[in-house]
Order: sequence, then C-alpha cells, then structure tokens
Amino acid sequence: MSITVNHISKSYKNVKALEDISFQVKEGELFGLIGPDGAGKTTLFRILTTLLIANEGSATVADFDVVSDYKKIRNNVGYMPGKFSLYQDLTIEENLNFFATIFGTTIEENYDLIKDIYVQIEPFKDRRAGKLSGGMKQKLALCCALIHKPKVLFLDEPTTGVDPVSRKEFWDMLKRLQQKGITILVSTPYMDEAALCDRIALIQGGKILQIDTPQAIVKHYPKRIYNVRASNTYQLINALNDYEYNHSVYPFGEFVHYTDSREDFNPEDLLDYLQSKDLSHIEIGKTEPTIEDTFMELAK
Amino acid sequence: MNKNNVIEAQNLTKMFGDFSAVNAISFKVKKGEIFGFLGANGAGKTTAMKMLIGISKPTSGAAKVAGFDVFTNAEDIKKNIGYMSQKFALYDDLTVKENITFFGGIYGLSRKSIKEKSAVLIEELGLEKVASKLVGSLPLGWKQKLSFSVSLLHDPKIVFLDEPTGGVDPITRRQFWEMIYKAAHQGTTVFVTTHYMDEAEYCDRVSIMVNGKIEALDTPKKLKEQFQVGNMNDVFLKLARG
Repeated sequence: MSITVNHISKSYKNVKALEDISFQVKEGELFGLIGPDGAGKTTLFRILTTLLIANEGSATVADFDVVSDYKKIRNNVGYMPGKFSLYQDLTIEENLNFFATIFGTTIEENYDLIKDIYVQIEPFKDRRAGKLSGGMKQKLALCCALIHKPKVLFLDEPTTGVDPVSRKEFWDMLKRLQQKGITILVSTPYMDEAALCDRIALIQGGKILQIDTPQAIVKHYPKRIYNVRASNTYQLINALNDYEYNHSVYPFGEFVHYTDSREDFNPEDLLDYLQSKDLSHIEIGKTEPTIEDTFMELAK
Repeated sequence: MNKNNVIEAQNLTKMFGDFSAVNAISFKVKKGEIFGFLGANGAGKTTAMKMLIGISKPTSGAAKVAGFDVFTNAEDIKKNIGYMSQKFALYDDLTVKENITFFGGIYGLSRKSIKEKSAVLIEELGLEKVASKLVGSLPLGWKQKLSFSVSLLHDPKIVFLDEPTGGVDPITRRQFWEMIYKAAHQGTTVFVTTHYMDEAEYCDRVSIMVNGKIEALDTPKKLKEQFQVGNMNDVFLKLARG
C-alpha cells in the first residue's frame, strides 16, 4: 500500500476537522478526495505530508510512519498545497532549481518526468513566479512538486478556480504521471473530476461519506432520478419544493433532478400537479445519477 | 439608452500597454436578466467587469450601467449596483448583524431601514442562531449567501457576482442559485461569472470571452444548437482555446 490511514482524528480547539478517517491507496492508484471547502481535506493532506500531527490514529506513506519516519516521507513525496507557495520573486527557472537543489538533485536528472509540463512554461522561464497567470503558476507548482521524482504525489485542490479547459489539460497531465508509476492523492470540490479517478472518497464535515470506484458509487444511488424541465425554471423549482411527495429537488444544468418519496411513483401525477401550478412546456424523463447526486443524497 | 437595458456596452476596450485585455466588446443586458459572463482564466472577464462597476476607466468605447456612463458617472454607478467579489470581502471579525449594519450604513440606508432589512435577511437565510457570531466562524457556503444578501441591501438595479460559488458544497451551491433566481424574479439584473458549466445553463443568456473578445453570446439552448453539442461544457471546450 502506498498510503494507509487508520482511524485518524484531528480537532482544532472545539472544531472537529477530521473524525475517524480510514482508507488505503494502492501503489500507482489515482485516488480522489471529493468534498467542499471545510470538509477537512487540507488537514488530512497536512497530516500525511508530516506537517501536522493527528490527535488520534496512525498513517503511513510509502511504508513510512507519518510521525516516527517523517524525514523519510519528506524525501519521498511531492506536495502541491492549495495555496500557491512558491517564491513569487524568483523566476520559473530559479524556483525549479531551488527545489531540485533542496532535494539533492538537478533539473536535468529528472527532466523526463516534468518535460511534458515544463515545455509549456519554459518560454517564460525568466519571468518571476509572482507575474504568472493562474494556469502557469499551477504548472510550475506541479513541476516543483515532481522534480525529486516522488513516489507519492499530494495535490490539494489543484484545479479550484481554474476554467474548464485548463482543468481538462491538468487531468490529462495527471493521467500521464500515473502511467509513470506515481501514486496520486488529489482533492477537488468539482464533482465531475471524480469520474476521472480510480477510486474516490466522498468527504464532508470531517467524515468520509463513502469510498469506492466512481462507477460503483453511482450504481448504489438508492432512487430513480427524473429530469424535469418547464418554461420557467424558477417557478418549476418552487413548485417542486412545495410538492408534498418530493424526496429531493436539485437544479442540474438545463434540468431539475427530482426524486419522489413514494415507492409507486407515477410521473403522470407529477405532470398533473405541475400543470395545476400553471407551468407549461413540461418535460419529465428518467435519467442516470451522477457523483454529485450521490454526494448530495449522502450529505442530506 | 433603452430603458429596458441595464447594461449597454459598445466597443468597450481596455489596453495595458500594447496588450488588449478587453478588445472592443459590445453587448446589452436587460432588466431582470441572469447574464452569465464566461471565459477561460486570463480571457479578460475581470478587467471587463472592473470597467462596468466603475473602478477601471476604459481605454476606448462606451458603456452605460444602470443608466450611468462609465467615463463620466462612475460614482453614480457604484451607488446603483451591488458587487460580490471572488474573494470573501465581509469583515471576519464582525458578527453577522454588525456586517449588515456596517454595509447598510455605507450604502446610506436609514437606521430604521437597516433594522428591518437585517431582520428579514437573517430570517430568510436561516441565520437566526448565528446572527451574533463572528462571520469568520461560519462555513464558506453561509458566508457566500450572506455576501450576496449584503450586496442586495440597497436594492441595486444590477448585481455583479464574480465566481460566487467556487469551492462551495453542491447543496449550498444550488441554494445560492435559488437566491439568484429569486432576485432576478424580483427584477434585479444578475451579472455572474462562474467556472461551473452546469451553472451556465441556469443563465438566461451567456457570453463567452476568448482573448479579450466576446466570441459567443446567446441563450444556452441556442449556443448548444449553434455548436452542435449537448451541454455548455462542450460549448466552452470548443470555443475557449480558439
């Protein structure tokens, strides 16, 4: 196992940041921690990268204990924190050289690993990190986290605030790194990125809601979901929220995802009800659950 | 300016040296409309928004917001719009109530009106229990809902929301959009940026900026037809890298 987490808990004063967290990440696996701001993702990253000590429980990374062997872990992992933490007044090249030197290596020695990513920012290598765009900062930070050829890579919300095109490019890069044998633990608040991981843990309020492959998590969704649409979305949401039989009502792109509390639900009843509320152009159709549906059902 | 339009921009341009951050954009936003302002990082969205809210002078072109000219009446614009920044901008070390009172005062509301609005707002947001708690101790989703309500305190004609839901949990994100729908339903125009493409579908119309220009502008339905794809994410992927 590349990462093992056993019953980890951590509190700050009277706030429980993590409560009895356990999971394992296999060697070469791309494992996602999926949850919103405040779920406890960063606290978990800080414990696993030996920057913070848990109140209870134990954990190993690359077979080293996070407390007793913390120095060995630091040589074997790469960590990209959620907040940009490189030196703003050093250039791209200086930052990368600095991190290579700290870990007793050179850019040349591990150039193969970062080449794909580095070529995209190399034309700007004399520019200071503080002057880079968000996407370029992110690529530089990833290079710096990789330059010592880590066994395990920790990425804390690498795509938060990043546009959909750059997010897609970033995930393509992660897939290529995974093929080079690096274990990756990545966190994200974007539920659509969950589908790109081998396995995921859904996390909220310091607790793990579920761990499985994205496919299995979706499969275990307990209800039949209906796509509902009408001419006026705001009135539609209000009407569905007022409907006495609703189980959940969530806007989803151009539709509203609706689940009913009855076992023998007949969509015709819903259609009658919505028509009685003066809605027009009503469409009701079955649809498949997504990770986001599952997350909301579990977090309810 | 047509009185049904809350924003009219004509060839609005902002240069930084030789670089056109915003390159002659033209568009109109109607009263009560939810207008999605999309684009990749660095496409020029923030620069364009800064000109529209009166804190950055355009290099050329023309624009009117809430009936006022961005060149000559920037101060009047500020009084007639609401703005919620990407970065949380309420005071963490004031309580929920104190923040409302403070911003109400800034916008020149009377004590009586602040008191009434504050009570309604706290009840609507379900913040009764934490009204006397420091804002810094609230979860991000609550803070964002509070920020939005504060930006509406002075009944602005239009509210600008810069990535209001980034990192917010999926349930709260949807509650936030229900608040947006409600505000629009009551006649407030909503101008919003987001990186969640499902949220782009909630907008009445959407513009997509690429390298300083508006490359597409229509209803989500028509954009999907135009680009022959099934969702806004694919529209964005087709356009945003040119």
